[in-house]
Amino acid sequence: METTLEPLTTETPSAEPMTRDDLKADRPTWCPGCGDFGVLAMYQKFLVDRKYPQEKIATLAGIGCSSRFPYFINTHSVHFIHGRIVAFATGLSLTRPDLFPFVIVGDGDAFSIGGNHLTHAARKNVNLNVIILNNQVYGLTKKQTSPTSPVGFRSKTDTWGSRVAPVNPARQIIGAGATFFARASAANPKHLTLMLERMAAHEGFSVLEVLSECVQFHKGAFDGASGGKGGEFVEVGADHDVTSEGAAFALAERPFPGVFGVFHEVRESTLNEMEEENVRAVPPADRAATTVAKLRKSLDRLT
Amino acid sequence: MSNPSSISNSVIRIAGNSQDGIQSVGTMLARMAGRIDMDVMTYMTIPSTISGGPSIFQVHMGTASVLTPGDKADVLVAFYQHSYESHLDSLRDGGVLIYDDAHVEPDLDALRQRRIRPVAVPMTALTVESVGGTGTQKGKNIFLLGLLARVYRLDYEKVKDLVKEQFRAKDESVVRNNLLALEAGYAYQVGDLGSFFAFDLKPASDATNVTMTGNQALAFGAIAGGIRFGAGYPITPSTEVMEILRRELPRYGGGFLQTEDELAAIAAALGAAYGGIPAMTATSGPGLSLKTEALGYAVMSELPLVIIDVQRGGPSTGLPTNVEQSDLLIALHGSHGDAPRVVLAPASVEDCFYLMAEAAQIARRFSVPVILLSDQVLATRLEAFAYPDLDALVEEPVLDLATRESHKPYPLDAPTRHAPPGTRIADGRYPTITGLEHDEYGNPSGTPQMHVRMTHRRSEKLRRLAAELPAPEIYGAPDAATLLVGWGSTRGVIRSAVDQSVASGEPLASLHLRHLNPLPLGLAEIFAAYKNILVVELNEGGVNGCGQLGRLLRSETCLPQIRGVTKSDGASFRVKEVLERVREILDLAHGSTTHSATA
Repeated sequence: METTLEPLTTETPSAEPMTRDDLKADRPTWCPGCGDFGVLAMYQKFLVDRKYPQEKIATLAGIGCSSRFPYFINTHSVHFIHGRIVAFATGLSLTRPDLFPFVIVGDGDAFSIGGNHLTHAARKNVNLNVIILNNQVYGLTKKQTSPTSPVGFRSKTDTWGSRVAPVNPARQIIGAGATFFARASAANPKHLTLMLERMAAHEGFSVLEVLSECVQFHKGAFDGASGGKGGEFVEVGADHDVTSEGAAFALAERPFPGVFGVFHEVRESTLNEMEEENVRAVPPADRAATTVAKLRKSLDRLT
Repeated sequence: MSNPSSISNSVIRIAGNSQDGIQSVGTMLARMAGRIDMDVMTYMTIPSTISGGPSIFQVHMGTASVLTPGDKADVLVAFYQHSYESHLDSLRDGGVLIYDDAHVEPDLDALRQRRIRPVAVPMTALTVESVGGTGTQKGKNIFLLGLLARVYRLDYEKVKDLVKEQFRAKDESVVRNNLLALEAGYAYQVGDLGSFFAFDLKPASDATNVTMTGNQALAFGAIAGGIRFGAGYPITPSTEVMEILRRELPRYGGGFLQTEDELAAIAAALGAAYGGIPAMTATSGPGLSLKTEALGYAVMSELPLVIIDVQRGGPSTGLPTNVEQSDLLIALHGSHGDAPRVVLAPASVEDCFYLMAEAAQIARRFSVPVILLSDQVLATRLEAFAYPDLDALVEEPVLDLATRESHKPYPLDAPTRHAPPGTRIADGRYPTITGLEHDEYGNPSGTPQMHVRMTHRRSEKLRRLAAELPAPEIYGAPDAATLLVGWGSTRGVIRSAVDQSVASGEPLASLHLRHLNPLPLGLAEIFAAYKNILVVELNEGGVNGCGQLGRLLRSETCLPQIRGVTKSDGASFRVKEVLERVREILDLAHGSTTHSATA
């Protein structure tokens, strides 16, 4: 739907280039040591580096600790309801192609209450960037089992240790038809910035899973991916074929903490492009007619 | 009827199976009525089975005003024995039964007793013969149209045009076969029936009418009101609104998205609304239940949105193809917390068009969600109404992205005027739109003072809107002791009841509410002048006998003379039914002797 409404005014771009200070808003209220701080910092850096016009960025979030992003960044922002922000963002993406929307969700938002929307947005290849901050626990409600909590995780709802197999984000999202999937970690900011750029450069439904530690309720969960903590941060090999779904699924099967980088990237028609075809299919004379003339044409058939 | 050769109105009920094309012949008949400037109103039943089944289409048309689809039919057309048996009761004494003699064997004695005139027509045989003996019965409905054109002396050339238009997208042979069937029907000798039913036509007028269903009117009303994006999920009986808008909106540079579920539909519509694009979603009962969380968000975040609910029987899956007005209370109160929203209900198909445009306007002006309550009867009913003055009505939506010096999305001293993303805020402070209680900038603020002030701010919109609503009109006798109050699709039936009451010597008056939240001001003062306020609605009377609007009006006005006339049998009221129920209630209230003198 590229040609929705003609803006009333043509906007002059911001006079000064945006700085990281311009993007600062309220002081984040996350717990000290939370992985989300690092993701927020890299998100701000990435927006400045890419020179987005500040007024055209939309930071959109659901409900959860990570979904507090909108209050901590100075862009047009939306703090929506639990699970539905991907659907909300779909409406915005289709009608306002001039914007740069970024969706921030947690693992509960993405894979539990909002699982249906994530799956269908991936299938339809909506042109959207979705950053999933995965901490494998419900943190805002203080330690309940999340859909990505590992087997054996002791939470307030599974005091004996979770027994149910967790969601495998890569497998689920690529299986649903997403045209871009990458993994990063809040503990590796340099790599995270790179992944944000790769995600944003992709046209279509782009998902970036970021492991972001909850130091309060799931401490040490990602030590296995951190060199400083006795683990190893293993990147996707240079010989990996991002266009092969099979190869991506093979990476997805690697035992936790798995590998980091771009698993899958293919260019396919986006929902935005497909919907735009409907507008383009309108005969030029009809398209150019006034609303009154178009409506009259419809009503004349009902006389 | 004193002069049988000149009648002003007639009710035709066509009964057969849904695959016989009954709906299309009924639609063409209604459209024909609209074209010759007659009033028309239709009523249909849809079989609830997937593969079709018995179905009826009733057309009430005439040159005198048509307020209802008709209590009883003047003409019954029966395609099958089951059609005859199930619908003979709906034919008035002295009416005409037209039946297909290949499938129907009527009980002639019974008909004679009720002075019903049987007319056997070899519909199947003549249709097959006229289209070249292919052996199929296709075209039987068009044969019938030709026959009715003869009986009612309709302008045959105009009827032919209708048939050509109906099949214009089809192969030429289809058009030819249908015209042959039409010709055969028109040529059939109907004896003196033709003189029995001749419409007393009004003098020719220049007036142009449009004939459409309530669902069509909602879709085109949405476009007129500036809606450019919508999202929905298929659900009976609202689906057609989505189907039309998905086809139409791209012409206006917009679109309508079929989403994975009802929750996504309202969320996507809110996403577009946030982007500054006037947006809507359309659903029926179960879908409204699913949407109520996001509805609360629209209230809290003050995003404009129109939600259409084409009501059907409930609760739960309920009666998907039957009518009920039982979603009023969820429309008013559904969603947790204090969540003021606007609720409107169109009273006719024409009103669907205008009220939908108004809903879009209110949503934008007040930055508030608006629920529009239609119902299954309006959704499928065809009505003819005057061609709208589009120049006066159509609103062109604009996306205003002009730079603002500074911006508060929720100012305490002014109404919300959102700055859609893409708007530069010169002082550098960008807004957050949120469902958390917030301060003027949208930052979380749960202080008692802020919650009080923001809650007041949200409900203030309804007070402002109420102040500009027109005072409701009273229909009927000025000195009536009893006022019937209704809402939604029952206006015509209630007004007919009022009309008939005048003749009975005990006149009634009526008042119909189109704005249900906020209610127009001054209702209590209006009501105080009446001894009895009877609220007529299609829902359950509950413990105190008051339906959903009745309960609302009691709580708003504290008047004890408000009582309910309710029913929930899946069908709309008939005029006679309203009058009988009103009589019963008044008798109970005043003792059974009060009206015996006038009865």
